[in-house]
Amino acid sequence: MIQLEHVSKTFGGAESGVHAVRDVSLKIEAGEIFGIIGYSGAGKSTLVRCINLLERPTEGTVTVDGRELTRMPERELRQERKKISMIFQHFNLMPSRTVAQNVAFPLKGSALTAEQQAGKVKALLELVGLPDKAGAYPSQLSGGQKQRVAIARALASDPKVLLCDEATSALDPQTTRSILRLIQDINRKTGITVVIITHEMAVVKDVCQRVAVMDGGRVVEMGDVFSIFSTPREAVTRSFIATTSNLSKVEELIEAGSPMVELKPGEMIVRMTYTRKNVSEAIISDISRRFGIDINIIYSNLEVIEDAPLGGLVAILSGDRVQEALEYWTSKNVRAEVLKRG
Amino acid sequence: MADFLSSIIPNVMEKPDLLWKAFLQTIQMVGIAGGISLVLGIPLGVLLFTTKPGGILQNRPVHLVVGKFCDIFRSIPFILLAVMLLGLSRLIMGTAIGVKGAIIPLLFGTIPYLARQVEGALAEVPDGLIEAAQAMGCSPREIVWRVYLRESIPGIARGVTITLISLINFTAIAGAIGAGGLGNFAIMYGHGKNQPDISVVVVLIIIVLVSLIQAIGNQIVKRSTH
Repeated sequence: MIQLEHVSKTFGGAESGVHAVRDVSLKIEAGEIFGIIGYSGAGKSTLVRCINLLERPTEGTVTVDGRELTRMPERELRQERKKISMIFQHFNLMPSRTVAQNVAFPLKGSALTAEQQAGKVKALLELVGLPDKAGAYPSQLSGGQKQRVAIARALASDPKVLLCDEATSALDPQTTRSILRLIQDINRKTGITVVIITHEMAVVKDVCQRVAVMDGGRVVEMGDVFSIFSTPREAVTRSFIATTSNLSKVEELIEAGSPMVELKPGEMIVRMTYTRKNVSEAIISDISRRFGIDINIIYSNLEVIEDAPLGGLVAILSGDRVQEALEYWTSKNVRAEVLKRG
Repeated sequence: MADFLSSIIPNVMEKPDLLWKAFLQTIQMVGIAGGISLVLGIPLGVLLFTTKPGGILQNRPVHLVVGKFCDIFRSIPFILLAVMLLGLSRLIMGTAIGVKGAIIPLLFGTIPYLARQVEGALAEVPDGLIEAAQAMGCSPREIVWRVYLRESIPGIARGVTITLISLINFTAIAGAIGAGGLGNFAIMYGHGKNQPDISVVVVLIIIVLVSLIQAIGNQIVKRSTH
């Protein structure tokens, strides 16, 4: 649905300018929810603006739904943009218009009659769960409600693509989840292609199927969310993942010399993490029985991503046959790292 | 009542018809010059704002010319401007005196002023709204009408209010050099013939006029702010 080829965007001069996006190529399939994650300044907001050409790439081509936007004249491009909707971190609703007028904004000049437009606005407000707010002004709404109105407005032109630029970054965690659920619902019902820009790994984990990690204007890692979480290659990816899990906190405990992680001779601290989707066996009690090992769990963090468990646990293991147990885990696609030996 | 008024404002009561005529002239000048100023000043302000670097109709030469025009005419004191434009007024209006002769100088006084006010009002519209409109496929013309002008109604109303109030001030100055109106009336009798009650009454009338315009402006701002 969306194809970027060797897209670069430089602000200012070619030499002295800021390279916001460097040689990004990626392909987003129709109907998928695709995440683009990066720290601020990584170039993700510029990249998403290159998709609807709010920022014209300095180099490279952008093709959406089989039409190459980078070759189009302004007028034709404006027509294409009606099929690529966008929602924003700060909602960008028109303050002087009511909720219904905001949702109807993109319908002006469409072939619909006034009655059809009103019906459509009503249906959209029902879809986003705000049927009773039609006459309210944006200033009377909460952040989550504003974003719902923005989503209704974005859907009014029956777009094929929905670009979400940090759409949940100004919202609290609960509201974030409800907005993500809504986006996911709409994606399932209408098959709309969704691109989500975020700096929160939790958002990616929650709704995305595939993700691209950006750093310094480049896409440094890309893949389906499960494999990115289970086997991250890049340091920046690992640091994002660490923010969603407490498995890395054990290192802080060891460093601080916490009594929780003091070991007797023969004991060791092991971090085990799932690396494949097929892990669903009782691996803890299994090694405990099989190799006669005592297991004292310090941390555990299990998530279900794309219907498979992901994460792992940190535990103190003791027993004569620990080494064998670790090898057994490896054979079962569980990665085991020994963090400290007693 | 009439006796009472005659005792405190004797000179005014002697020539109420002249006062009334002067009042009508002021209203005429404010109405005509004000109306034309709105029609020309608001688009000029939009042009000034949208052609600036980074604006939706970015155009350096146009921005430069319009900007300089506004700055030059805003920096000339109105009394000098009125005198300088006598020739132009004669050329366009056929006369340099009376209400008709005052219109051209008044326009040159108010249009650049209003244009800068409108420019300021449009600058208050958050960039995010423009970005959203562009993302929805709006053309620059649609963005001007449906976003910039619509969203800055309160700001433009404020700008128009203070422009009209300074226009009243300008009509009084124009009166001093032969345009008629309340200013002329006050200078001719209140100052020239030492009839201070005339000046006082004229000032009171102008205070009422200004307050009325301010009140209407405030109402529009209040009703258009959500």
